[in-house]
Formats: sequence, C-alpha cells, structure tokens
Amino acid sequence: MKILLCSLCLLMASGSLMAGSKVIATGGATTVEGNSGGGIVPWATINGYSSSDEWSVNTFAGRVGVDDFTLDSVGIGASFNNQWELSFARQKFTLDTIGGELRQDILGIKYKIAGELLYSGMPQISLGAQFKKNRDFALPAAVGAGDDSGYELYLAASKVFFDAIAGRNLLLNATVRSTDAHQAGLLGFGGAGVSHKLMFESSAVLLLNYNLALGTEFKQKPNQLGFADEQHWRDVFAAWFINKNASVVLGYVDLGDIAGLTEQTGFYLSVEGTW
Amino acid sequence: MVKYLLFVTTLVLTACQHHPEASLYQRLGGETGVENIVDGVLSGIEHDSSIVHHFADTDIPRFRRLLIEQFCELAGGPCKYTGASMQESHTGFQITQAHFDALVNHLISAMQQQQVPIEAQNEFLAMLAPMYKDVVYR
Ligand code: HEM
Ligand code: HEM
Repeated sequence: MKILLCSLCLLMASGSLMAGSKVIATGGATTVEGNSGGGIVPWATINGYSSSDEWSVNTFAGRVGVDDFTLDSVGIGASFNNQWELSFARQKFTLDTIGGELRQDILGIKYKIAGELLYSGMPQISLGAQFKKNRDFALPAAVGAGDDSGYELYLAASKVFFDAIAGRNLLLNATVRSTDAHQAGLLGFGGAGVSHKLMFESSAVLLLNYNLALGTEFKQKPNQLGFADEQHWRDVFAAWFINKNASVVLGYVDLGDIAGLTEQTGFYLSVEGTW
Repeated sequence: MVKYLLFVTTLVLTACQHHPEASLYQRLGGETGVENIVDGVLSGIEHDSSIVHHFADTDIPRFRRLLIEQFCELAGGPCKYTGASMQESHTGFQITQAHFDALVNHLISAMQQQQVPIEAQNEFLAMLAPMYKDVVYR
C-alpha cells in the first residue's frame, strides 16, 4: 500500500514529463498480469503512449483485496512503435485466512498484427504470449497441479467507437486465451487430465471524457483442478487518466470461489506511470 | 378530444421549432468557433517540432482557408470545401502514425480550448478518424 501511495504522489508531482504522441487513454491501463488492458483482461492495445517509431516505458503497482485473499502485483514494461509490448510482473497472493502465500512471475510479449484502435474500421488486433513461473509450488503441487510453469497465448481485438453512447466513446474488447493455468497460474499449471483450454474474456469501457472511464470485464476460467472449483472473474472499474504520465484504476471485483472459500469479492486499486 | 389532440400536437410542433436540435456546426461554435478551432490547430502545429517541417512549403493562409471550409462543410455548415482530396493533398509527405496522433492531440486541445461539448467533439472526431488511411504513409 505504501508503494502505491508513494508512486502516486511521485507521479502527480512529475507533471508532464516525456510522453509519446498517442492520444490520452489509448494505451489502456495495466492488468494484474502486467500487460496493457483493463484490470484482469489483456486488450489489443499497446501499453504507454509510444506511437510510430517511439519508445515508452511503464510501471504499475496494484492490489486486489477480497474476503480471504490479497493479490499484490507490481511490474514494468516497455513498448515500441505502438506495435510491440514487453512486460514483466511479479505477483504475491496472500492467503489471509488459510495462511501462507503464493508468488509467481509473469513475462509477457504482445505484437499488434492489424488495425488501429481509433482510426480503422476493423478493430486493432494483437497476439500475445505470457510465460508464468511459480515461485512457491508446494501448495499447488499438493492440490494436484502438475507444473510450476506454463505459457498462455491470447488473441485480442479492441476498438473505440466514437460518439457511441450519449455522445461518449466506447471501447469494446474481446480476448481468447489458451491456458492450462489454475486460478490464473497462482495454483500452478497442468496436472493429470489437464490440457490447454480456450477461454473467452471481454471488456466494455465508456470514456466519459478524455480522462475518466467506466468499465466492466469478464474473464472465463477453465476450472480444471479437481480439488476445488474455480469460477469466472468479473469486475467493474473507474479509471482516471490524470495525464500521459499517470493513471489510477479503482474497481470492485468478484473472483468467485477460491480454494474452497466462497464468494470472494472486494476492491481493486492500481496506479500506473508511463514515460 | 380530436381538437384537444390537435391543440397539443400544434403546441409540441411549435415547441420543436423553438428548440431545434443544434447542428454539429452550431455546437462547434458556428463560423467563429470553427475559425478558432482551426487557428488553435495551426498554432499547435507551429509549436510542434515533430510535424512543423511538413508545412515548410505550405501556403499557410490558403491552408487555413481550406481547413475552415472543410471543417465547416463536414459539420453541416454553409460552406463548400474547394481543396484537393485528402489522398492527393497528403501524398509524398511521409506522414506517420505519430504525426497523425500529434495532429489529433492539437485538434482536441483546440476544441477543449474552445469549450466544445464532449459529445460534439466525439461526433467530429468520428468524422475525421477514418481519414487516417488517406493521410498516412502515402
Ligand atoms: C518556420 C516556420 C514558421 C515561422 C517562422 C512562422 C512565423 C510566423 C510569424 C512571425 C507570424 C506572425 C505574423 C503576423 O502576425 O502577421 C505567424 C503567424 C501565423 N502562423 Fe506562422 N510561422 C511558421 C510556420 C507556420 C506553420 C507551419 C503554420 C501552420 C500550419 C503557421 C500558422 C500561422 C498562423 C495561422 C498565423 C496567424 C496567426 C493569427 O492570425 O493569429 N505558421 N507565423
Ligand atoms: C484528419 C486529419 C487531416 C485533415 C482533415 C487534413 C486536412 C487538410 C486539408 C483540407 C488540406 C488542404 C488541401 C489542399 O491543399 O487542397 C491539407 C493539407 C496538408 N496537410 Fe492535412 N489534414 C489532416 C491530417 C494531416 C496530418 C496528420 C499532417 C501531417 C502532420 C498533414 C499535413 C498536411 C500538409 C503538409 C498539407 C499541405 C500540403 C501542401 O502544402 O500542399 N495533414 N490537410
């Protein structure tokens, strides 16, 4: 939490430092996995504000606090040419009631293959890959996960529709992800009878003005670990793009049942800096 | 009953005439509004070292007049655009996505400066955004 507050203060104080040419908010926010998107769904957007031939870097820190668990994520990323995005995130999932923690690292890469979020009739389409590695595997192994690392591939399509609802712009996103992860990888990967499954994720975001947006997301989950059911994730959020250097996302999340503990809902807060 | 309905209908219709749905041109501020927006964009370009070089040989007063005509016509105002097509006028300049983004930023600042309502800004951006393909990398 302290890190969150300090980074926010630093960012607000930094004013408008070097930033790329892209229009504000078009780099999206940063998900808990470190890539550009909403809070839990990666979009086709490329993080930061680097347009053609420009570079940008970003960093974020986020916390999801639900009834019996806390997920802290921090990460850094770099983007080039509004086409390539590289990201690294470190997650710490604290089992507040059960005791203990599950940590994992996520390395991500995304490549825009077609379309322009704002300017083309067809959506912007990007292909992404994530490599995830558990840093704590005793618990995942004990409950049936076969592997302490896994990869995920996803295809995302995003488009901004100008003047869509009450004169406001609307961003719609659909993502298909191939994964064999349990609880997004926090409970490991693979195992007996577990295969890569295609999962659907989506987001809808209404841009109230250039700086404020309201969104909602859905993330389908494979539920392939026998020991306890996992459920689809949902959230609603408000994002404040203060300027091209700083943004804050506040959300309400529903993570369903986790490790046998039911109805995990709570808050989500994330701050991001981009240069 | 019929008389009453007619009376109400007449009232409603006259009320509509008194409050016509303002055209986009009006919501951009009419003639002065569009002129101010174009001047805002021009001043943005002039102070932007990433794109100003494209205009080194441009006849600025003519460019200004054509932009005003074009914006006015697009927004449904009483003007006729007399310039060249977007494809013709932007070919050979090697305009990139970053240049286009920069211009969109200047247009947005100009409209904000002019206090154009966000709905009108978005409606106008919706008309300009598809011109991307005719302007960049030609
Ligand atoms: C090296 C490039 C440029 C130089 C040295 C320059 C210089 C100037 C100067 C000295 C004036 C004031 C003239 C006066 O008040 O009569 C002026 C006005 C103006 N310039 Fe430029 N300019 C340059 C490029 C441009 C470009 C690229 C644009 C637009 C695309 C532009 C748009 C304008 C406009 C619209 C005015 C009139 C401002 C007004 O009416 O208030 N200029 N410029
Ligand atoms: C939707 C976006 C744009 C619109 C509506 C637009 C509109 C126009 C118009 C009406 C003209 C005058 C055409 C003529 O001379 O007959 C023009 C010329 C020009 N535009 Fe654009 N433009 C756009 C984007 C851009 C961008 C992104 C750049 C580069 C940064 C650019 C650079 C130029 C230049 C250099 C000229 C002058 C060409 C010359 O001197 O002959 N335009 N534009």
